[in-house]
Amino acid sequence: MPNTCTPNPSSAAPDTSVLTRLQRLFKRWGAHPDARKHPAADTTITPLPLPPRLILPLTQHIGAAARPIVAAGERVLRGQMLAEAQGNVSAPIHAPTSGTILGIGDVPIPHPSGLTAPAILLEPDGLDEAIAFCGVDPDTLDPDEISKRVSAAGVVGMGGATFPAAVKLGLGRHSPIPTLILNGGECEPYLSCDDRLMRERADEVVSGARIILHAIRGSEALIGIESNKPEAIAAMRAAATAWPEIRVVPVPSRYPMGSEKQLIAWLTGREVPSGGRSADIGVVVQNVGTAAAIHRAIRLGEPLTRRIVTVAGGAIHTPRNLEVCIGTPISALIEYCGGLNEEPARLVMGGPMMGMAVRSLDIPVIKGSGGVLALTGAETSEPDAAATCIRCGSCVDACPIGLLPLEMAARIRGGDLQGSNDIGLKDCIGCGTCSFVCPSRIPLVQYFNHARGELAARDRSKLKNDAIRELVEARNERMEREAREKTEAAARRKAERERAKAEAAAKAAAEKAAREAQAAEERSHA
Amino acid sequence: MLAAILSLAGLGTLFGLILGLASRRFHVASEGLEAELEAMLPGTNCGQCGYPGCAGAATALASGEASVSCCPPGGKLLAEALAERLGVSLDASALEESVPMVAFVREEICIGCTKCFKACPTDAVIGSVKQIHSVIREACTGCAKCEHICPTGAIELDPVPVTLQTWVWPKPVAA
Repeated sequence: MPNTCTPNPSSAAPDTSVLTRLQRLFKRWGAHPDARKHPAADTTITPLPLPPRLILPLTQHIGAAARPIVAAGERVLRGQMLAEAQGNVSAPIHAPTSGTILGIGDVPIPHPSGLTAPAILLEPDGLDEAIAFCGVDPDTLDPDEISKRVSAAGVVGMGGATFPAAVKLGLGRHSPIPTLILNGGECEPYLSCDDRLMRERADEVVSGARIILHAIRGSEALIGIESNKPEAIAAMRAAATAWPEIRVVPVPSRYPMGSEKQLIAWLTGREVPSGGRSADIGVVVQNVGTAAAIHRAIRLGEPLTRRIVTVAGGAIHTPRNLEVCIGTPISALIEYCGGLNEEPARLVMGGPMMGMAVRSLDIPVIKGSGGVLALTGAETSEPDAAATCIRCGSCVDACPIGLLPLEMAARIRGGDLQGSNDIGLKDCIGCGTCSFVCPSRIPLVQYFNHARGELAARDRSKLKNDAIRELVEARNERMEREAREKTEAAARRKAERERAKAEAAAKAAAEKAAREAQAAEERSHA
Repeated sequence: MLAAILSLAGLGTLFGLILGLASRRFHVASEGLEAELEAMLPGTNCGQCGYPGCAGAATALASGEASVSCCPPGGKLLAEALAERLGVSLDASALEESVPMVAFVREEICIGCTKCFKACPTDAVIGSVKQIHSVIREACTGCAKCEHICPTGAIELDPVPVTLQTWVWPKPVAA
């Protein structure tokens, strides 16, 4: 097929009607945060030397935690599975290098709660011996087999959502999904890991796109890249020339263009229905990093054990893009980038809009960590500066989904979580654009995250209450049965006693009669 | 041209004077308490309380017509502040959120008397005579029946530990 070099229609506009495009002039959702992608975006991807210890949390993905299958003291090789997936929505974890398992214990992990969670600790031996990887030609594979191999390689969404990639690939099992969208939006400020990946490894991304297309039995792939990455667009177009079904489409630079629903709407003009999934409208979205990881998992047989991380922020001496082993503590990344210029006001994992603030430098890089940011006081805002809502409606204009953040937050403040859910919280993607544009600096997205969690907790407690009601009913039934059995047993014993008594009396009477008869006989003889 | 400018300027001055005079003449003095209450309310005039804006709610609060918990956006904090200002008692139990608890057996002093085991309404305690008992956390409702019946005080109620699966973002402190 590569010799059918037809002119690539990649410069064609997205498949949307004129009306939709006109509407875009009036619906100006989103925000334009200062991109601040340089100087990190100008640096080539550099591999980071192995740290003295790797920390591999068992929960690096959405879904059930992985279950360890190695023991402390065991020697493992690069690519060996350390923890297996539990259930359908889960992902295994593999050793990023050869070394010895130090143990499994609770360590701080990247999570907004700051809680600890179980992780496998691996001490690299520096030999970096690998197991034998067996790559295959994806064209010879069945779509189901691709999904299985991707699942076994532990590939999850690399854009930050960390949803197991194989689950999305399996969606095409029953009916083909026509469109694949590769997300090269990278709309978060500071981050440039996807940008660098597309510039330096465009072939891997395109190959991954073709594998995914094959798995979902799709017919076209759209690669959406924000217009502020012209080099990435050029590199991807060059790599995709040979494949007419793959089109690179520049999208405007606007936050949150890299959100799944926004990218689908922009590229296809279709909206994901409320409560639905993108597959419902015939679209699967994967991050470009995920596509590259799928390429490695299938063609090279390599599990996901490394990723590209942007280290940036005003407090970092030399911001750059690094390729690091999963499990590397962020202190090693910062050290390699020349350390800190000053004490950072905030350490963030991921992007500044949707990432999480972390407190410790011992926290490891996990599969979904696209960035490590050390922000100075000038780059962050005061967390306690919130004022009252002036009902200006900025958040309503900015909301990419078209919700009413101010009203949702007002209801949550008043405790009406269900009411907030009904008017749109269920469709909120948590992008934080509303908080970003709010002139009163109200932490709107925190209200939504809180309400989401609280509603989920209520659902859980409802489930627990139902289960407990069953337990109580079962216990009451058992108590009744026991009481009934006790009275029945008592009645039975009583009846037995009486029968025995009656028998004894009858026997005694019979004996008496016999004795009397005998006596009478004796008398008659006498 | 000049006539138009002059006449419009004249009209503007005239209406300005009328409005200025009217605001002095028909000024409504708001009482101290009402003004104070209005300052405490969020000031968003959202109307969720059912009164015409925060000023209307403040009037209703001052006259005792509205309940101190009438303002949903203000939430618990505002209700408490209003109750304190107005000197009324707040039904705190209605607003307060209780922390879920779970029973825990201190194994070193459990004597295996089976009393808790019999008292548990959800069969959450397992054990046998002269064997150390244990609590199935998933089935425990934290009703404290076992805590009261235990002869050695081996049962205590602890708050349910927070895990990654049960952790919830804290609610932002109301502005």
